[in-house]
Amino acid sequence: MSSRHTLRRQLSRSADSEGKQAPPNGPMTLPTPCGTLSESVVSGLTASAGRRSFPTDSDVRAVTDPVHDRDFQLALWVLYELHHRGLAGVDDTLEWDPDLLGARRRLETVFETAVRDLVELPDPMPTTSSEVATELRRMTISGTEPELPAFLAREASHDQFLDYLAERAVYHLRESDAQCFLLPRIGGGAKTALAEILYDEFGAGRPDRLHADIFARALADLGMPTGLASYVDDADALTLASVNVTTLFNLHRRLRGAAAGHLAAFEATSSIPCRLIADGAERLALPASVVDYYVEHVEADSVHEQVAITGLCGNLVDAEPDLAADVILGAAACLTIDTLAADRLLARLREQPDRIAS
Amino acid sequence: MTAADGARLEVTLCPGGPMLLRGATEVRDEDGNLHPVERPVVALCRCHRSDRLPWCDSSHKAPRPAPDP
Ligand code: FES
Ligand SMILES: [Fe+2]
Ligand SMILES: [Fe+2]
Repeated sequence: MSSRHTLRRQLSRSADSEGKQAPPNGPMTLPTPCGTLSESVVSGLTASAGRRSFPTDSDVRAVTDPVHDRDFQLALWVLYELHHRGLAGVDDTLEWDPDLLGARRRLETVFETAVRDLVELPDPMPTTSSEVATELRRMTISGTEPELPAFLAREASHDQFLDYLAERAVYHLRESDAQCFLLPRIGGGAKTALAEILYDEFGAGRPDRLHADIFARALADLGMPTGLASYVDDADALTLASVNVTTLFNLHRRLRGAAAGHLAAFEATSSIPCRLIADGAERLALPASVVDYYVEHVEADSVHEQVAITGLCGNLVDAEPDLAADVILGAAACLTIDTLAADRLLARLREQPDRIAS
Repeated sequence: MTAADGARLEVTLCPGGPMLLRGATEVRDEDGNLHPVERPVVALCRCHRSDRLPWCDSSHKAPRPAPDP
């Protein structure tokens, strides 16, 4: 894969000159397209007005398995980035360009249908807030030790651990940004609970404790780039899908129940894996900032889980009982896609143990 | 546990899990050691399985080791 060279080149460069830089906050450079859809989006974004064209209905309908399709996921990821930090060389007004929004909508419709087809939902569906909370707890209880974190704890080599961090950077460098879109769409106790979680995610008043920045610091201390661009170019379809489904749920008010359930499932399946990953970082004697990031999440997510399940989802269902099924859908989507992504990543780390070094 | 001056200390018990504390500034553990509270809400372990006592580390959800034969 040619894009792999980008990360390798940046890895060696950042080790000597860029290792200590603050995480870049500005727009990232456009990722390298990898197929018809991402090519169409990237060239559309950079073409001059009047010459822009974006993925058409038939382009999008040609995709048979959007969740596993890297080209599809990259195209959607790029469109979503316009609503976050923007993209270098792309006109900022395109964020609300009707043609572009139309293309985004086409991708989202296909993606949402695929996600709904993929997940298994409980039958009967819970309807009350306490049933929803009980179901969320049931769904997120770990019967067995999670495989990928256990591998990182006990077996992974230094290079495999760095490869893991590189793959997950697409998520961690944007941690909790998507959920900010949910905040104005909910009220009362649900809003208070979400704000409480987000306040903690964003450092609880201390910029040095901002979770995304702790992660960037860990990357820098390892001599890895702190910008998103190189990681996106190498990210697997499922990694992009796991980020995109979060953005999809949070960006649409219609899907606010799913956004809440997604966050609850995410928080409720984070603490135990983070403890294992922290063990791995300690075993490999990685810099303190790497351990710090994961240890922070052992404690924080034990809190966030409780606040997300009862405070956010419970209060949301009390206020809007019709959202019960969507909360469960969001949780199921999180668990399903994140499990697929973790399985794929573990298989790759085992098959290509030297991927990041070679 | 100690609350900030004039602050309201609120305790929430979570089913099968920890106790959430809001408004605390420090927590004294079973051995008398004082732990400063560094986040707006903290979770105190109630199951005694945590490796990070007095805080909950979600061990209450971890698969229990198989009983000795
Ligand atoms: S209550 Fe969570 S680890 Fe004990
Ligand atoms: Fe976090
Ligand atoms: Fe969290």
